[in-house]
Amino acid sequence: MRFRIDKLGVVIAALLAYGAFLAPFANFRANRIVPGEPRAILDALPAGLGTALLIFIAIALVFVVLKTPTLLRLLLGLAALSVLAILIGLSASHLTPPENTYARVSPASGFWLTSFAFALLTADALARLRLSPFARVTLLAAAAAAVAALLMSGAWDGLSILKEYGSRAETFWLEAGRHVLLALGSLVAATLVGLPLGILCHRVETLRAGVLNVLNIIQTIPSIALFGLLIAPLGWIALNVPGAAAIGIRGIGVAPAFVALFLYSLLPVVANTVVGLAGVPRDANDAARGIGMTDRQRLFGVELPLAFPVILTGIRIVLVQNIGLATIAALIGGGGFGVFVFQGIGQTAMDLVLLGAVPTVALAFAAATVLDAATELSNSKPSRAA
Amino acid sequence: MKRLLPNLLRLAALIILVAFLVQPALFEPLLKPLVQANAPAIYNQGSLLSLTLSHLTTVFIATFAATVVAVGLAILVTRPIGAEFLPLSRSLVNIGQTFPPVAVLALAVPVVGFGEKPTLIALFLYGLLPIFENAMTGLSTLPPAIVEAARGTGMTAWQRLTKVELPLALPIILAGIRLSVTISLATATIGSTVAAKTLGEVIIAGLQSNNLAFVLQGGLVVAVLAVLIYDAFSAMERMVSRRAGRV
Repeated sequence: MRFRIDKLGVVIAALLAYGAFLAPFANFRANRIVPGEPRAILDALPAGLGTALLIFIAIALVFVVLKTPTLLRLLLGLAALSVLAILIGLSASHLTPPENTYARVSPASGFWLTSFAFALLTADALARLRLSPFARVTLLAAAAAAVAALLMSGAWDGLSILKEYGSRAETFWLEAGRHVLLALGSLVAATLVGLPLGILCHRVETLRAGVLNVLNIIQTIPSIALFGLLIAPLGWIALNVPGAAAIGIRGIGVAPAFVALFLYSLLPVVANTVVGLAGVPRDANDAARGIGMTDRQRLFGVELPLAFPVILTGIRIVLVQNIGLATIAALIGGGGFGVFVFQGIGQTAMDLVLLGAVPTVALAFAAATVLDAATELSNSKPSRAA
Repeated sequence: MKRLLPNLLRLAALIILVAFLVQPALFEPLLKPLVQANAPAIYNQGSLLSLTLSHLTTVFIATFAATVVAVGLAILVTRPIGAEFLPLSRSLVNIGQTFPPVAVLALAVPVVGFGEKPTLIALFLYGLLPIFENAMTGLSTLPPAIVEAARGTGMTAWQRLTKVELPLALPIILAGIRLSVTISLATATIGSTVAAKTLGEVIIAGLQSNNLAFVLQGGLVVAVLAVLIYDAFSAMERMVSRRAGRV
């Protein structure tokens, strides 16, 4: 039997070999500020475990280089990621001297590289398997549950990112709530305004170019500037409009961030509504007119259902973009995960940066996966809606 | 004739922009009402012109590098030899776009330190995706008849790539570069939170000293630059696609 080589496998194997055998697995620091000392796998893990991990990776190396069944590759990728996740937690408790609360252990380049290599393997297998939308969302939910279980079990408590979390758990959830509120709230507001505006632009041609141009220009204003520019008008409103201050409109804080995110969200919603409605087949509209549907019936019964997948794509763009942009709200006192990112940059405390960045990326990734699945579902059965 | 008015507006925007960067003092009366009595109305901690130039240089270097790498990778995965990488590259592009720029920027700092470098890395990585996606689409959706015809005339693979496929895909690739540049121009301002010399410095100084004039001038310069560059790319795309017959 002849073995065939998998080209992508070679790339993954090279990453694995470098990450596991040459790069440091964990970083040890005597306290939060001092530079770290790199530790290789054999030093970073209890005796025996380190050797076992190296043997496991060596076997995985051979397995990924050869052409092997996709499902097995997926299982290997998932298993390896779980093993690495558990071992980095063990490494933290192994490296931290007993009774020492100052020492910090964080994952180093070797850990990130091997994880990245196995994540590539998993992503490739998933892409080749073409899983159904339901299967993808289920897998996402399972991954989220696994991470939650690791967090609850305390297996990661020795890691420095969780020590940062430990000292500000309350603020973390407060900022998390604000972040989600900013991203989702501005999306809801933008959909409520953008959808009718898009329908109007579709019906009234003279309006279309003008509205889309204005929204396009808003997109080019850098986010930190737009956040800043809204401080003045909102401050004025808070002072001069009775009742405005009472419902939370203020010059700095959540209000300008919310309005800025809302403004950025309008373009994708409006543009995709226009594109989606323009893509409705003429036949469908003619048929609807032929059977005597009123304009309103045609809009809700024919046009919107047919345009729905395109509009949903716009909403996906907005949600992912807003989750990212909401980090910048921290610069004007709007809260969100950005608070930790910018505090971390200010104190050159990278664990703090990670405490803000990792949840942001995870949120954006989850939102993209769920909405992609929804778009695919709505795409696969437009016939019933029509 | 229909193009005249927008073009005049663009020219006017360009002239005003250059005038503002070279002689910002001329515009002081306009910005004065936005600041408190004693605060400066024009950014005074550095030259606006040199900040703009270094802003543009940063974006240019990052976009250029991103273009070379992204187009190279797109060529690779659309050849038979790299076909195995195609499914993964598609999903990597999808996943990559969910990374917020601030996170990329912040995560680059521990690796390369403060200053221009993390900004360049973030802009490069973030700029890769739209260009790669478009180049991949452009190269994989060529009319099969034309590719067949090129093969039929006995062109080598290299000749087909450089004389037929790339020229035909060029408008779509340019659209990707345009997207990437517009995103980078705005994202580069965030680079100033990690001490890169960009126009973000002006905006952040404004936010810190509660000086609305600073925020406005920094934001407007970036926005005008982005609009002008966006339009220039659109014009270039129209020219190229007319030549490629893909109107």
